[in-house]
Amino acid sequence: MNSYETVFIATPVLSDAQTKELLGKFQGIITENGGQIVNTEEWGLKKLEYPIQKKSTGFYFLIEFQGEGPIIETLETQYRRDERVIRFLTFRLDKDAVAWAEKRRAKLAGKAHEAANAASAAANNATETVKTEEE
Amino acid sequence: MAAPQQSEIRYLNPLSVDVKKKKYCRFKKLGIKYVDYKDAEFLKKFLNEQGKILPRRLTGTSQKFQKKVAQAVKRARHLALLPFVTDMMK
Repeated sequence: MNSYETVFIATPVLSDAQTKELLGKFQGIITENGGQIVNTEEWGLKKLEYPIQKKSTGFYFLIEFQGEGPIIETLETQYRRDERVIRFLTFRLDKDAVAWAEKRRAKLAGKAHEAANAASAAANNATETVKTEEE
Repeated sequence: MAAPQQSEIRYLNPLSVDVKKKKYCRFKKLGIKYVDYKDAEFLKKFLNEQGKILPRRLTGTSQKFQKKVAQAVKRARHLALLPFVTDMMK
């Protein structure tokens, strides 16, 4: 089992539901071929530093997964066949990269947690202020 | 008589002509083991204004990490996180 990381850029013309479907499709390809998905990230619509296929923006998706080598070939074939994918990159993570990825995940999870906490705190504050106003 | 006197100019502080700052490898110093291609802002420290990779004789990066930086920059370029060619990047 190796750890892999794959990033692909989808065309900016897709709707929310279509991007979800596209991500689901590639996740499905990985799991069907015996891979295990470790992490998925959506970076959202980002500006490209140079135009690709005359497009200046794109949706970025990152999937980290574990699996055997032959998955990559099927995955990349599917990337090439799908017209909605304008660019992709897949590579194997070495042990330092795996450690880095774990650290990065923990950091992102912590941030998301903090943000959620902050949001709930803000919501609580808001309700409290409403209460005090009512009083 | 006047010429030898003029040549004996004395300075209060020693001239700082060949006092150079020692370069160091920032990855070794900070203990970074993996160069992440996703962090385009960090990788820009290793590029010149045209987006070319700086040689390690200028940045001081060790050979081991120069290779990793180069790999990361190339990955970032492929994913359009960094430009291949540009002007006035900094």
